[in-house]
Amino acid sequence: MRLLLPALILVLAAAGPPGAASCTGCHVAGGGIGVLQGRPAEDIVVQMESFRSGARPATLMNRIVKGFTPDEVRALADWFARS
Amino acid sequence: MRRRTVLGAMLAAPAIARAQGAARVVVVGGGFAGATAARALAAAGHRVTLVEAAAEYVSCPFSNEVIAGFRGMDAQRFGWDTVAASGVQLVRASATGVDPAARRVSFDGGSLEYDRLVLAPGVEMRFDALPGYTEAAAERMPHAWKAGPQTLLLRDQLQAMPDGGRVVMAVPANPYRCPPGPYERASLIAHYLKTHKPRSKLLVLDAKDQFSKQRLFQQGWAALYPGIVEWVSLSDGGKVTAVDAQAMTLTTDFDTHKADVANVITPQRAGRIAVAAGVADRTGWCPIDPVSFESRLVPGIHVIGDAAIMGAMPKSAFAANAQAKICAEAVTAMLSGQAPAEPRLINTCYSLVAPEYGISVAGVYRPVNGQLTEVEGSGGTSPLDASPAVRAQEAVYADAWYRTITGAVFG
Repeated sequence: MRLLLPALILVLAAAGPPGAASCTGCHVAGGGIGVLQGRPAEDIVVQMESFRSGARPATLMNRIVKGFTPDEVRALADWFARS
Repeated sequence: MRRRTVLGAMLAAPAIARAQGAARVVVVGGGFAGATAARALAAAGHRVTLVEAAAEYVSCPFSNEVIAGFRGMDAQRFGWDTVAASGVQLVRASATGVDPAARRVSFDGGSLEYDRLVLAPGVEMRFDALPGYTEAAAERMPHAWKAGPQTLLLRDQLQAMPDGGRVVMAVPANPYRCPPGPYERASLIAHYLKTHKPRSKLLVLDAKDQFSKQRLFQQGWAALYPGIVEWVSLSDGGKVTAVDAQAMTLTTDFDTHKADVANVITPQRAGRIAVAAGVADRTGWCPIDPVSFESRLVPGIHVIGDAAIMGAMPKSAFAANAQAKICAEAVTAMLSGQAPAEPRLINTCYSLVAPEYGISVAGVYRPVNGQLTEVEGSGGTSPLDASPAVRAQEAVYADAWYRTITGAVFG
């Protein structure tokens, strides 16, 4: 059991709030789409909420943000900012 | 009584693995789902073996561009070297069977014990679904629905066809891999014909009345390819009921259509190992629990990607990648005796109507009553009234997505 512990810690650090694993389908290094990791949480929240309101024009994110409540967006933003 | 003994053995297995330090997870299939899962599971500290028979992976996303002649095949080819370097043991073999009671998967040349098994076998083309469409017929009437030699065969047939020729596509009923794929293909074949063989025609014979991104595709066809593309719906007699590869004909209820080039996208089912493992049901696809992606038919086996019944989620590479990461988290939780967290999944799928004309569909999904269901008010397609600049921007994003996903999975 003791041997499993480091692995478990790694996983707990890797598993984000609901949706995080899908965000990184686009938002990771290497493809030219913005990276979320390490970005200030406040910045992510402001951008996402302006996609929701339509204040920021979008091709796709305006459709995706509607699958998350403001609280869920906040949880994702906090997690990406920390990771 | 016997059942209880088997169950007892199953429950005991993870405990033994834990005592040894790391759980043994076997992943079968190295595509977008399997390779992603293998890497995520290795990163979580498990002992991961990936069983994959192919020497290289050829990506289906963007293979329509190869068929239409404006993309090289090299941009579609990937290997598993980086996956292996991330701590995944590679076994180059074809998985042939699973003994769920012994928790053992066999392949030509050996077998492996597992604590949890992840099957990501993709699809198998059915050669028993459409009279006349055999494996031999596919050499004359390519399906090109698994990227590789079939992709090049269809491309070469289009290039060899004289101007004034007739291309006929047969499109199956749902479900099948990549719902908007046939219509992107129709668009890009039409683009090829318009550019290189403008007197030619494309006839699309469909076993459906509705399809993914339909209004966007039809708007694009009317604007870009008038007089080239003709789509025949199920209600108008579009369902192909038989083919004759020697005569190069496709038969529907009302007509027999002669083709110079025929692309027959035959119905599909889960890859063969899913049937051997007992995780495919009578539909040919694999019912799963939408939280853990564990099979509803056989405990200890998870199924992800195109082979699984994912409710409202389409069979796409984006979806497969997202499911694989969630599955790795669920497997890890279950191996440590915890309940997996309820997932939220996203799908994003781009299609090209022309080289600089992209459209998309997106969706956000959560488990509701045992099925992945679209979150109300989320998702949808690109707007019908988007400007050419937005269409061009979506084509740029499509390309960026492809580079991102293939880099993350194979790079």
